[in-house]
Amino acid sequence: MTAVVATDMVHLTPARAAWQRFRRHRLAMAGAVIIALLVFGSVFGPFLLPFDDKFIDIMHRFAPPLSGAHLLGTDELGRDVLARLMMGGRVSLTIGIIAMVIAMAVGIVIGTFAGFYGGIFGAALMRFVDAVLCFPAIFLLLALAALIEPGIVATTILISVTAWMSVARIVEAQVRALRERDFTAAAIAFGSSNLRIMFKELVPNAMAAIVVAATLNVAKAILLESYVSYLGYGIQPPAASWGNMLNNAQIYMTSAPWLAIAPGVAITLAVTSFNFLGDGLRDALDPRLDIH
Amino acid sequence: MARYVVNRLGQAVLLLFIVSMLGFAILHLAPGGPLSQFALSSQMTQEDLDRITRQLGLDRPLPVQYADWLWRMLRGDWGVSYRDGEPVLKIIGAHLGATFELMATATLIAVVLGCWIGILGAIRRYSIFDQLATVGAMVALSIPTFWFGLIAIYVFSVNLGWLPSGNRHTVGEEGSLLDMLHHLIAPALVLALVETAMWGRFMRSSMLDVINQDYIRTARAKGLPEWRILSQHALRNALLPMITVAGLQFPTLLGGALVTETVFTWPGMGRLFLDSIGYRDYPVVMGILMFSATMVLIGSLIADMLYAVVDPRIRVG
Repeated sequence: MTAVVATDMVHLTPARAAWQRFRRHRLAMAGAVIIALLVFGSVFGPFLLPFDDKFIDIMHRFAPPLSGAHLLGTDELGRDVLARLMMGGRVSLTIGIIAMVIAMAVGIVIGTFAGFYGGIFGAALMRFVDAVLCFPAIFLLLALAALIEPGIVATTILISVTAWMSVARIVEAQVRALRERDFTAAAIAFGSSNLRIMFKELVPNAMAAIVVAATLNVAKAILLESYVSYLGYGIQPPAASWGNMLNNAQIYMTSAPWLAIAPGVAITLAVTSFNFLGDGLRDALDPRLDIH
Repeated sequence: MARYVVNRLGQAVLLLFIVSMLGFAILHLAPGGPLSQFALSSQMTQEDLDRITRQLGLDRPLPVQYADWLWRMLRGDWGVSYRDGEPVLKIIGAHLGATFELMATATLIAVVLGCWIGILGAIRRYSIFDQLATVGAMVALSIPTFWFGLIAIYVFSVNLGWLPSGNRHTVGEEGSLLDMLHHLIAPALVLALVETAMWGRFMRSSMLDVINQDYIRTARAKGLPEWRILSQHALRNALLPMITVAGLQFPTLLGGALVTETVFTWPGMGRLFLDSIGYRDYPVVMGILMFSATMVLIGSLIADMLYAVVDPRIRVG
């Protein structure tokens, strides 16, 4: 039996082997499906609902879930909670992904330069990373958010400002190790430019670690958005985000608990799914890889 | 050992210097800068603003201001609050006790519970308990702390009426230890959730590392009873790296405390930070930012030192 499996594995391309390993990680598969559903619901859901997320209906305030036309009930202004959840999902998921892209870009560039050049230059860059990491992310995020005009763009940028450091650390360690390998020596011997070696040879070889870090970063960004919006310094009403929907929910906790439950479940589902997806990708892409 | 200590101290001082520059930059690069609170007031004319700028020394070149600011920070003069004119360090000091009480209790819960879960998970690897604990830890790390706090208030305060929904004391019962503990339970447990998950994960992998070592096999070969192998040989070595975890955990713990304090109206440093942001009270905001970064730095320094003391291999490398 084992022999059969082994010969089967020989014919697999690395991508297929990775996919097989990923498929065996049931929680990661579940995570991928839930993420797909959340994205689908946020993108297309609002077109299918008869309610607008910003439509105020004072006659139908605090309608409980399943009590009538409103599947998840209505909030303190009579707005449909499901519609707000879907529109909020657009905002929260977009921020999570864009913030990840920016954080990855900054982290990869700084990590690659620090790892490739090393020496005093690399040490200086990494000490800068260490210094930023000394500030607890939420403190830094709030202090910065309070200084500027809040909004979707500002929140996205601020989240990436507080999230790029761990990426830089991971990439730096990978690049520093890969730099000593033979293919790097070959590229140098061929006379490739440093930039070409860094971004055409080293970064693609560190891709497994980068993809995993990116996935976990989306989870972190969605969580940070919810914190900063809940505290009132992120996405501003009337626009909805999963975080700012919880902003008012605390006041109505006794009378209308569903206002707090729906967005909280959405955040937890999304963040857990991205975390499991990252876990599964780590197992699939490189079984030896360990970021922690 | 001495060389390691000096090296590590030097690193910490350098980091502290970069941290201070970052803090100063954040304060000054903001639109309106340190003066924006006064600029918003309709009672101020441009003349008044110019005069305040001169009085506070904000018209000098930035490097001079930075040097001056750093020198005053080092002497313990962290400026005064815009809100009530109290010295920043005094205000932080007044709120530190509550935060410390919360963090210490949460850490105690997390260490005991997390280590227990981690050890059990490692010993019975891939058992149902281990799998549940692994999934549970991932979910715990993904729940927004403030939302978990809201749900806890809803269940235990609103519905069951077992626990108070916030604050540190009942008014009029400030001295009572029982009253204090009663208020502490919910926020401490909420803050402990994420911490427990982290400690559990680290403890599990540390224990697994140790269990697969040769000396454990030797102990088994000697015919020692399993509980003695685990408690005397494995556990003692598996607990050592946890010292580093304590240092690594500190920023997360502080951030979590800020959010928990907000939900439970806990009068600590996190609440103070948020209130100060609301008032645009920059000296206090900057003070807390610098204070927390310094604590994180000192925390990781102490953790590294302790680790070097208990594990001689570190000092060589």
